[in-house]
Amino acid sequence: MNSIANRFTTTGPISELRKAQSHVEDDEFADSAWGSEAGFGSLAKGVPNFTVPSVPDPSAFLRLHTDDFADPNCRIKIQHGTTTLAFRFQGGVIVAVDSRATAGSYVASGTVKKVIEINPYLLGTMAGGAADCQYWETYLGIHCRLHELRNRERISVSAASKYLSNLVYSYKGMGLSMGTMICGWDKTGPAVFYVDSDGTRLKGDLFSVGSGSTFAYGVLDQGYRWDLTDEEAQELGRRSIYAAGHRDAFSGNTCNLYHVKEDGWKFIGNYDISKLHYDGPGETPGAGYGYDIRIERNAAAAAPIAVPS
Amino acid sequence: MSIMEYNGGSVIAMVGKDCVAIASDLRLGNQALGISSNFQKIFPVTDRIYLGLPGLATDVTTLRETFRYRVNMYTIKEEREIEPETFAHLVSSTLYERRFGPYFIEPVMAGLSKSATGGYKPFIAATDLIGCLNFAKDFVVAGTASSKLYGVAEGLWEPDLDADQLFETISQTIMNAVDRDAYSGWGVIVHVIEKDKVTSRTLKGRMD
Repeated sequence: MNSIANRFTTTGPISELRKAQSHVEDDEFADSAWGSEAGFGSLAKGVPNFTVPSVPDPSAFLRLHTDDFADPNCRIKIQHGTTTLAFRFQGGVIVAVDSRATAGSYVASGTVKKVIEINPYLLGTMAGGAADCQYWETYLGIHCRLHELRNRERISVSAASKYLSNLVYSYKGMGLSMGTMICGWDKTGPAVFYVDSDGTRLKGDLFSVGSGSTFAYGVLDQGYRWDLTDEEAQELGRRSIYAAGHRDAFSGNTCNLYHVKEDGWKFIGNYDISKLHYDGPGETPGAGYGYDIRIERNAAAAAPIAVPS
Repeated sequence: MSIMEYNGGSVIAMVGKDCVAIASDLRLGNQALGISSNFQKIFPVTDRIYLGLPGLATDVTTLRETFRYRVNMYTIKEEREIEPETFAHLVSSTLYERRFGPYFIEPVMAGLSKSATGGYKPFIAATDLIGCLNFAKDFVVAGTASSKLYGVAEGLWEPDLDADQLFETISQTIMNAVDRDAYSGWGVIVHVIEKDKVTSRTLKGRMD
């Protein structure tokens, strides 16, 4: 009730704020002139505002109507199946993800970009709600740039990830769904932070997130060392995503691989997971990661060579 | 959790000119986890009838044995091979026997039936899990990718395809349909039934 009363009152802080906001909109161009605020709004207005269902308890309402493990036949479908991983090593950070998006059992897309390029030194990964990750990590990018302009210094990975985790925590219970890794290189060297929509923020050397994460961890854990070479580390990331794409029904299609070094991130490549199965990352047929393919290769190598008499 | 999607898998059958084809994927899963890429869902019933059993894997094995037993008993009693039409009704009544506690299988059949003139006529049929028969003149689909199979088959199938063309059509249909289904895939097998021979080919499909 208070909110309705506030809308029509001409005194008090709410109306003052409203006057101030309309004043900001008046100068130069109105927002309508730009067609859309693209969700971000005018930064003069501060944090973006979202319309919230006009019910007594909006977060309870949203919980009821948003995709959740509790209710699989929910109305708002959010992309769930994914495999993403990131790890720190001597040569920087490796970030590898799959590219499948599913809606129920339907493979809605096989070409999703699950690595969000926040700025030349920061990468974010996408698991959970695609829109939530995309929007808030882009929003994070804006604030990382503002930090640079204010402080004449690049934001640390720690600060950037904390900004994101504090932000999603303020929406706790409203149905945001994201499991992300903020990766980059700052003064302290390579850094990886896990941030999710519950508000968890963890610093670590090695993370994997998503429905295929268990499969990726299996390969990652057995091959991980701090002193991996760049090539070994990239191969480990690729091989781990392959393992998850192969076994997990909700992961697959292709693997996107990034490497973060001192001078910023570099996109290494896009690899078809089926091609990795049969032929491996190169162009050699039969050099694949697949079990049957490996067995065949080993048998061929072990076969006695016919010696002409 | 749907029991029909517990193990995953799909089957399709198509009619051609003097031939029929039946194809399935090779995946056996435990929900999202892929277990096997060599799980057969299509079984020969006679030299000219093939039966596809997509659905719950435990019932695939049970029904396969049930039908083997019943077809053998039929052959002994009648002293002749069963015809596809008769077999379709055998499948239907076997499933309806379990009307109130069904097998979680949607069978698909393909075969060639003897015509009055002594030639062979293409035959395909499918039933739901309690035995409602569907005799189609073009193609039948079942399994977790059934909706996707309908879409592709509707676009690719045409009447009077010869055996080679039919193989190409059914292969393209199932390969592209299972790539859009999370619970099907991990390889494909295709059987083309002609009057004097059956050709079975395992195709190299996507492994994710």
